[in-house]
Amino acid sequence: MSTRLQTGGRLIDRTKQIEFTFNGKRLNGFKGDTLASALLANDQMMVGRSFKYHRPRGIIAAGPEEPNALMGTGVDGHFEPNQRATTTELFQGLTSQSQNHWPSLEFDVGAINSKLSRFFPAGFYYKTFMAPRAAWKHVFEPIVRMSAGLGKAPTHKDEDTYEYFYAHVDIMVVGGGIAGLAAALTAGQSGASVLLMEQGVTFGGRALTDGVEIDGKPAAAWVKKTLAALKKLPNVQIRNRMMGAGVYDHGYALGYERITDHMGPSTGPRHRLWRIRTKRIVTATGAIERPLSFAGNDVPGVMLAGALRDYIADYGVSVGDRTVVVTNNDDGYRTAIALHEAGLNVPCIIDPRGDLDGELPARAIALGIRIENKSAIGKVKGGKRVEAVTLCAQAGEGGTLEEIKCDAVAMSGGWSPVVHLWSHCGGKLNWDFDQAMFRPDPSRPPLGADGTGFVIATGTANGHLDSASVMKGAVTAGKLAAKETGHKATGITPKASDEKASPIAAVWSMPQGAIYALKSKTFLDYQNDVKVSDVRLAAQEGFESVEHTKRYTTLGMATDQGKLSNINGLAVLADSLNKEIPQVGTTTFRPPYHPISFGAIVGDARGELFKPIRKSPIHQWIDDNGGDWEPVADWRRPYCYKQQGETTEQAVTREILNTRVNCGLLDASTLGKIIVKGPDAAKFLDMMYTNMMSTLKVGHCRYGLMCTENGFLSDDGVVARLSDDTFLCHTTSGGSDRIHAWMEEWLQTEWWDWKVYTANLTEQYAQIAVVGPNARKVLEKLGGMDVSAEALPFMRFKDGMLGGIKARPFRISFSGELSYEIAVPASQGQAFWDMCMEAGKEFGIQPYGTECLHVMRAEKGFIMIGDETDGTVIPQDLGLNWAISKKKEDFLGKRAQLRPHMVDPKRWKLVGLKSVVPTEVIPDGAYATDGTTRQNGVKHMIGRVTSTYFSPTLNHAIAMGLVEFGPDRMGEIIDFPTIDGDIIKAEICDPVFLDKEGARQNV
Amino acid sequence: MSNAVSAVQGASFKGSISVKDAGLQGMITLRGDLGSDTLAKAVKAAVGVTVPGVGKINTGKKGSAAWMSPDELFLLVDYATADTVVAKLEKAITGAHVLAVNVSDARAVFNLEGVGIRDVLAKGSPADMSTSAFAIGDLRRTRLGQLPVAFWLDSDTTATVVCFRSVGEHVFNWLKAAAQKGTLPKYYI
Repeated sequence: MSTRLQTGGRLIDRTKQIEFTFNGKRLNGFKGDTLASALLANDQMMVGRSFKYHRPRGIIAAGPEEPNALMGTGVDGHFEPNQRATTTELFQGLTSQSQNHWPSLEFDVGAINSKLSRFFPAGFYYKTFMAPRAAWKHVFEPIVRMSAGLGKAPTHKDEDTYEYFYAHVDIMVVGGGIAGLAAALTAGQSGASVLLMEQGVTFGGRALTDGVEIDGKPAAAWVKKTLAALKKLPNVQIRNRMMGAGVYDHGYALGYERITDHMGPSTGPRHRLWRIRTKRIVTATGAIERPLSFAGNDVPGVMLAGALRDYIADYGVSVGDRTVVVTNNDDGYRTAIALHEAGLNVPCIIDPRGDLDGELPARAIALGIRIENKSAIGKVKGGKRVEAVTLCAQAGEGGTLEEIKCDAVAMSGGWSPVVHLWSHCGGKLNWDFDQAMFRPDPSRPPLGADGTGFVIATGTANGHLDSASVMKGAVTAGKLAAKETGHKATGITPKASDEKASPIAAVWSMPQGAIYALKSKTFLDYQNDVKVSDVRLAAQEGFESVEHTKRYTTLGMATDQGKLSNINGLAVLADSLNKEIPQVGTTTFRPPYHPISFGAIVGDARGELFKPIRKSPIHQWIDDNGGDWEPVADWRRPYCYKQQGETTEQAVTREILNTRVNCGLLDASTLGKIIVKGPDAAKFLDMMYTNMMSTLKVGHCRYGLMCTENGFLSDDGVVARLSDDTFLCHTTSGGSDRIHAWMEEWLQTEWWDWKVYTANLTEQYAQIAVVGPNARKVLEKLGGMDVSAEALPFMRFKDGMLGGIKARPFRISFSGELSYEIAVPASQGQAFWDMCMEAGKEFGIQPYGTECLHVMRAEKGFIMIGDETDGTVIPQDLGLNWAISKKKEDFLGKRAQLRPHMVDPKRWKLVGLKSVVPTEVIPDGAYATDGTTRQNGVKHMIGRVTSTYFSPTLNHAIAMGLVEFGPDRMGEIIDFPTIDGDIIKAEICDPVFLDKEGARQNV
Repeated sequence: MSNAVSAVQGASFKGSISVKDAGLQGMITLRGDLGSDTLAKAVKAAVGVTVPGVGKINTGKKGSAAWMSPDELFLLVDYATADTVVAKLEKAITGAHVLAVNVSDARAVFNLEGVGIRDVLAKGSPADMSTSAFAIGDLRRTRLGQLPVAFWLDSDTTATVVCFRSVGEHVFNWLKAAAQKGTLPKYYI
């Protein structure tokens, strides 16, 4: 059983006991523990069930590579699934629960899958659930979904906050082991700005556990000294609990800082996503130990050798009294020695290699530890924990020579450099046959904007497994980074030393000729339950590419992204294909290195900051006065103003009738307002609009249409000529930024020599429409300027004062009524609005919303961009030929509108539609049919509705629509089938339903 | 103009730094040939400073002039005088092709104060906030969170942020969130 040792544990503080829970059980740990070390200290060997076969699984690693110990931590608004116990720092009150088991961790129904594993081979999903088709949706998928999956999705809103931080730095060093520290110090001393980040809490890395000596002293002393020296440098920033998550083009990198995870629910951001621009990135990210592939290598108690000694040295935790060590390299012997020194028993070291002349094996022999050469583990015995291993010859098929009782197995299959950050942006790898590892190829680094490499790998991440080379390489890397960022670095290489080692033996299968029964219990990918037999089957079925095999078998596709399984898996694939490992290659390394929270990615963009909303100067008043909001581009506009007890429909009807009879007030501030000025402004606008703007007189307004160069109607609005060389162009609410950019694009790229300047003044003015028969009376009451029909006729504007506020009333009308749109400074928009409401009281003034506006304009047959247009409609379709100049030599869209398809008489054209039954409103988007059927069985369509309303003014359902030969078919009745099978009949008519001669507006 | 109000109407917040609505501020967009002597003279006469270089802001007693683009300046004057200054500019540059326009009401302006201003701005702006890259006299047209802004330092511990009026409330709320007590990354302090 696993337990806390009497002494030891570099990182824990035995005076500070911490209580936490696991699956509801109250347990104790110490400050400094990870959840994993604390669980092991409490003999919690089994921590989860596997994904596919629901096999009992235990902790394998001590770092972020852990595939099994995934927990749901926290409760409710702080719950988070798939947290690695090995990187979760223990805090008082931490709650954790294991995943992927039902009904309990100890007794799991799904474990039957393990007995049926013969029926769950690689590609099982693709092979099994193909037929019958309907069964997938109704039978297979629901069952698969219930029994598969890792963590549970959170059910509560995340109560934590998150943020971004942008940093610019000369050199970013990832990894706070001895290599990262040495590189950072060397670079820092050159004067370059340096950001050093370490994913864990403490600095020094494996050197502290593995007895490295630097400058004749234990590594810890050097680490302390170096950290102190770094902290003194003002140009160096040091961050722990911060992971280098990703490397992207042009020296862009992501850092993931976990600010409060180690404290539990706290105030302030939980995670901070660092978005870093850097000139050079030094990756000192270390290496990850590989498991060995033998049967039962997933039984709880089988661990990476390095992790096992981490638990002893860092946390004072023993995984078992008797540990069998199995290793193909000298490093595994460290664990045997560490166990021995901790007073624990090592029944046997099993080593597939032959002659061993390294110092570590010699030391193990001297300690009297039994070593079995050229041997292998046949299989591990035990279910929920290790009971014994069988010893066999590595060269054989797994015939048992002896059974060795034990509580734990420490395995080491060699070390794989963490090349992820090097590879994210295209750094290439070489296969090192001697060390059996992929390592960065310094001649093929990821390239920056200037064509030079911007990532420098160093330390074990660069394939240096001995500390002397690590130190030498790290100082060189620091110097190189400094030099390449324009600094001069000097630096003395600290002298590091460790034991002479004998070479590693590449062992990808144990024993070499393992029979199928063993292979099918030999796990490569623990998290996705991929076995050696699965990869062999994939190869047998013709999967040659490592990327295809990955997807077919799901090898390396789990949340650990194959940190433990990739190399072993592709080695098995290479062997099955009879190829060399470099010929097979690796799968692509993609960011992030290790899962980061969605919260960190979202940052502050949630709640009220989720999406910026543009607010007009009248926004608050509207909100306080029953405004029923609808989104209009990024703005919010009131659909209507609801009075007490009113339905939306009632409010809209009231607003229309009131505006038509008395007076309405509309906040039109969201309309785009673009100033166009210069000697060539008139010429420019003649190009932008389909109609002639250069002939517009100063003081006059003209409605204009804008098309794209493909001829399609893009925006519309009223243009006012302020002076000879200055125009004010109104755009739609959604078009203000787009049309301004459109104008600038043409001015900057095509007509760069035209003398025209534009400025977007949309937000400079509040624009308030006073509409209705009493409109003039309201303005006259405000006083300050003559707004009479004579002084300010229809389609004119004037500058003056109204109610003491600088105002520019435009006599324009989108409702067909007597109407003034008054532009006032935005800062005084609310004041002006209040004045109008006050002055209009006696004239029955009421505010109205966008739906009232829509209905009134439809009654008048005015088109709406986005309703009558959808990007495929040209002005000619809408009967707007009067607004298309025939005199102008050119305008945007002119040539396109001459294309054969654009002049096709069969194009659907705008007409009015009057329902035969006056109360029947045609549904939005309805199509008109002619009763015939197309070859494909679909009803033949001859038109569609673009706007449809019930008009309270006419007490009749009205609509506008595009109909084939529409204008030639006045008076015809056509059919609009509805979704529920009815047909609404409507008469084709003039789209202008009200006051065609304009008597109401032109007063 | 007693009834004129700014976008966030005097809102303020005190956290790791203080954030305050700067109230009504006169602002003018001036587009033209920034290299011309006429324009330089007109700017000098209007706000009392020379034409700023790329990415810079020049501040004098009468106001400031900031570089916005190769043909655009942003002038800061008293709110009440903006229209007069526009008229003066237009008169001074008669004949040349320029656009001068009052945009005082189209913007919201915030004053930030505290040693943490660089840290707060760096939570939302991808511009380099280090002292070597961003000093007094520098101006950045950048973004803060999701929105375009411009900002500059008035001193080592004070900064001004300008954004569009319609999103003034959002930017204020953003600054509030970024300036919560105890949340400074302490990268620049």
